[in-house]
Amino acid sequence: MKSCLVVDDSKVIRKVARHILEGLDFAVAEACDGQEALDACHESVPDVVLLDWNMPVMSGMEFLQALNGLNLPNRPKIVFCTTENGIAHIRAAIDAGADEYVMKPFDRDTLEGKLQLVGVA
Amino acid sequence: MTPGDNEGACRILVGLLEARTGQALAPDRIWRIETALKPVMRNHAIDTLDSLVAKLASEGNRGLVDEVIDALLNNESYFFRDHIVFDELNDRVFEDLRVSNAATRTMSVWMAGCSTGQEAYSIAMMLADAPHKWRGWTIRLVATDISHSAIVKAQSGLYTQFEIQRGLSVTRMVRWFDQEGSDWRIKEELRNRVDFYQHSLLSQAPPAGPFDVILCRNVLLYFAKAVRTEVFSRLHSVLARNGVLGLGAGETILGQTEDFVPSGTYRGLYRRADAPAARARPIAAAK
Repeated sequence: MKSCLVVDDSKVIRKVARHILEGLDFAVAEACDGQEALDACHESVPDVVLLDWNMPVMSGMEFLQALNGLNLPNRPKIVFCTTENGIAHIRAAIDAGADEYVMKPFDRDTLEGKLQLVGVA
Repeated sequence: MTPGDNEGACRILVGLLEARTGQALAPDRIWRIETALKPVMRNHAIDTLDSLVAKLASEGNRGLVDEVIDALLNNESYFFRDHIVFDELNDRVFEDLRVSNAATRTMSVWMAGCSTGQEAYSIAMMLADAPHKWRGWTIRLVATDISHSAIVKAQSGLYTQFEIQRGLSVTRMVRWFDQEGSDWRIKEELRNRVDFYQHSLLSQAPPAGPFDVILCRNVLLYFAKAVRTEVFSRLHSVLARNGVLGLGAGETILGQTEDFVPSGTYRGLYRRADAPAARARPIAAAK
């Protein structure tokens, strides 16, 4: 079973994402911000991180940069999932090493397609 | 709407769709007729399906008939739908065509029933992503659909945020599309590579072939069996002798036609039954 860490400060988004991901046979863990996500990755590295951009404490981009600094041999795939839908943000995410990008709102087919593209579904 | 409501009107509309397009509306989709037609009815200030049918029956309503047909057609599509088929085309079929067509440096692909263009642009993107392979080649990409509105949208190359995310990687999205507000438009360079036009598989002669590849995906499932057999015959008539045919994931040739057989060379694709059995690497040897 593949694992996904859902990182979003919105409880509703985490709940929706969990519902979809569990339907796709993922083991799901949750974090409310980048720092919590980083702590979670220190304990157990998921196969993929579904990552919001704007969060308190530590943003999605800050998390990604910190994760890159860890030089993990089994770095998780990073799928941004955000309302930051402008081309500048998307390019910045790709440049920082994001593997995919989901523009909110999203549905099951969109998320499943993106997870297939990064090779975890 | 319950099945009993507007039954007569629904029957007429189903008959109209079948007569004009050959598409048979599955029983489980008939309940959606009223929902699908609501925007058309609203635009023409028509209250009920019965009134719509009455208006269709009156003379001089060709435009309304076209709008109704368009609304009833299923134009759902997305980029790289069933990526296994696209991988097979990209990794093997096109590679073999580079060898077999090296003398003429030409390749033709027909997307029959291209809907709103996503699959046609998927092919165009695959080829454009490997410019070194196709330098000096003349590649003809023809994409047709019976729906006028689908072709207009395909030609515009403009997709909503929802549509652009269906099957398309973010790297291809930023490489081949420009953002326009919340929508995304295909770059002119790619748009110009595909020749889109309205065409009926049933009532019009196919585009001039021969085509090395024909994709007719998720189209035939809407046709009655006899119509499918006829369409297969038409596809066969313009497929190159060594060409391949691609169908949708839920579609098959079995019991439908004797014009095609499984490729034997390429996974999930078909070849002409009257063509040589294999011209390229067998599947097992390709890996």
